[in-house]
Amino acid sequence: MSTDKYDIEKIIADMHSRLESYLKEANISDPLLIGIQTGGLWVAESIKQKLGLDSPLGQLNIAFYRDDFSHIGIHPHVTPSNLPFDIEDRHIILIDDVLYTGRTIRAAMNEIFDYGRPASISLVVLIDRSGRELPIEARVVGKRLELKTDEHVKLLGPEPMALEFK
Amino acid sequence: MTSNNIQLDNNGRLKHFLTTEGLSKNLLLDILDHAESFAGVGDRAVKKVPLLRGKTIVNLFFEPSTRTLTTFELAAKRLSADVLNINIAQSSTSKGESLQDTLQTLEAMHCDMFVVRHGTSGAAHFMAKNVSSNVRIINAGDGNHAHPTQAMLDMFTIRRHKPDFSSLKVAIVGDVLHSRVARSEIHALTTLGVNEVRIIAPRTLVPAKAENLGVHVFNELEEGLEDVDVIIMLRLQHERMRSALLPSEKEYFHSYGLNEAKLKVAKEDAIVMHPGPINRGVEIDSQIADGKRSVILQQVSHGIAIRMAVMTMSMGSLTEREEDQS
Repeated sequence: MSTDKYDIEKIIADMHSRLESYLKEANISDPLLIGIQTGGLWVAESIKQKLGLDSPLGQLNIAFYRDDFSHIGIHPHVTPSNLPFDIEDRHIILIDDVLYTGRTIRAAMNEIFDYGRPASISLVVLIDRSGRELPIEARVVGKRLELKTDEHVKLLGPEPMALEFK
Repeated sequence: MTSNNIQLDNNGRLKHFLTTEGLSKNLLLDILDHAESFAGVGDRAVKKVPLLRGKTIVNLFFEPSTRTLTTFELAAKRLSADVLNINIAQSSTSKGESLQDTLQTLEAMHCDMFVVRHGTSGAAHFMAKNVSSNVRIINAGDGNHAHPTQAMLDMFTIRRHKPDFSSLKVAIVGDVLHSRVARSEIHALTTLGVNEVRIIAPRTLVPAKAENLGVHVFNELEEGLEDVDVIIMLRLQHERMRSALLPSEKEYFHSYGLNEAKLKVAKEDAIVMHPGPINRGVEIDSQIADGKRSVILQQVSHGIAIRMAVMTMSMGSLTEREEDQS
């Protein structure tokens, strides 16, 4: 186990500027930010501050939507999802810490659609690591990492945020 | 680790939910926490999560019930399971089929979970012992023995109003002797570490050696309600009158019925609960049942969240726990 050499603050600042130019390019003026618990929520919080958005931050807990329930059962102590806004016809920026197999994002999208029909969903991730099992790609990526299947990366936080490698 | 508790699997997770007796405080708190997560599902546009998609849950009711059956059905549907309601009173047992045969027949249809209500104490245990290892049993009330999901939804309701169990005085009022709800509540309350559990009932309706359950027994309503935070009224079964354990409904209401005047001795912010259905004017005055201290309707809504929690936890123990991955 080792903690990293990466400057998370700097990566997020960079993500913010690329997200801003993407939003301008796509002509999205008032997006809703949703972070996936728990790491994604820390990243989302930080990006929201930089964007200076008024609308509250949504938080998603995908425990009830995971496709591995029949393998590992329910996760203890699930903090409920909270989307304190109407997502109908809105542009959603979905934020997570690590994009790996893509299954978490698939589950998150399933859950979002149970709240309504958004105009669009764009994915923003701090780390995009190798090992995708589904056709899911992020619009904005903080850092790309090539890792073997037995190598794992995890975001620790919230203050300060740091990467843990195993 | 192996467990000799039929309710738990080898990892100490909830397998069957038959009684609140003998379960750890942590497990009971786990059920409450899970229910808290599920409570929000009912407020959304799509009141469903896909956790139990593809599973079949059978509500096997040998005794009539409306709210327990409906909330179990709703809970299963909100978890995306397929639900079958079988009212045995109108079915094969009237043709002489035994519980074992009914069970085997339904198992052959590849059902994953049975929610059982039965008039005989121990029916759910019997089923849990006899089903194949990949089938789960939840007790929805057996004889005078246990009604664990009702007890847990009551604990959930109490915690929503009064989060610190250790400071609470809780009174259970009425026919404790014949009440499976009371028995399950007493076990849950004492396990959760409530300061004091009281039962208030006429001498004929107090279980023998009730003190051994860790409760204080009162025979006078106003004496027992003194300073309590939570009052749980039990339903008076009409057949008790016929068996001469009680004089008359009118006299019962006079001595043990809850009204404004008697409620005054309890704490000012005490909540009033009742598992339903209510006998208005027998165990509780309408003014109280519909009044601001009453949380009776909240109990019904909480019943769905608790049942979702228990069903999910018990189905989740079907496989060995593996490493988590994102």
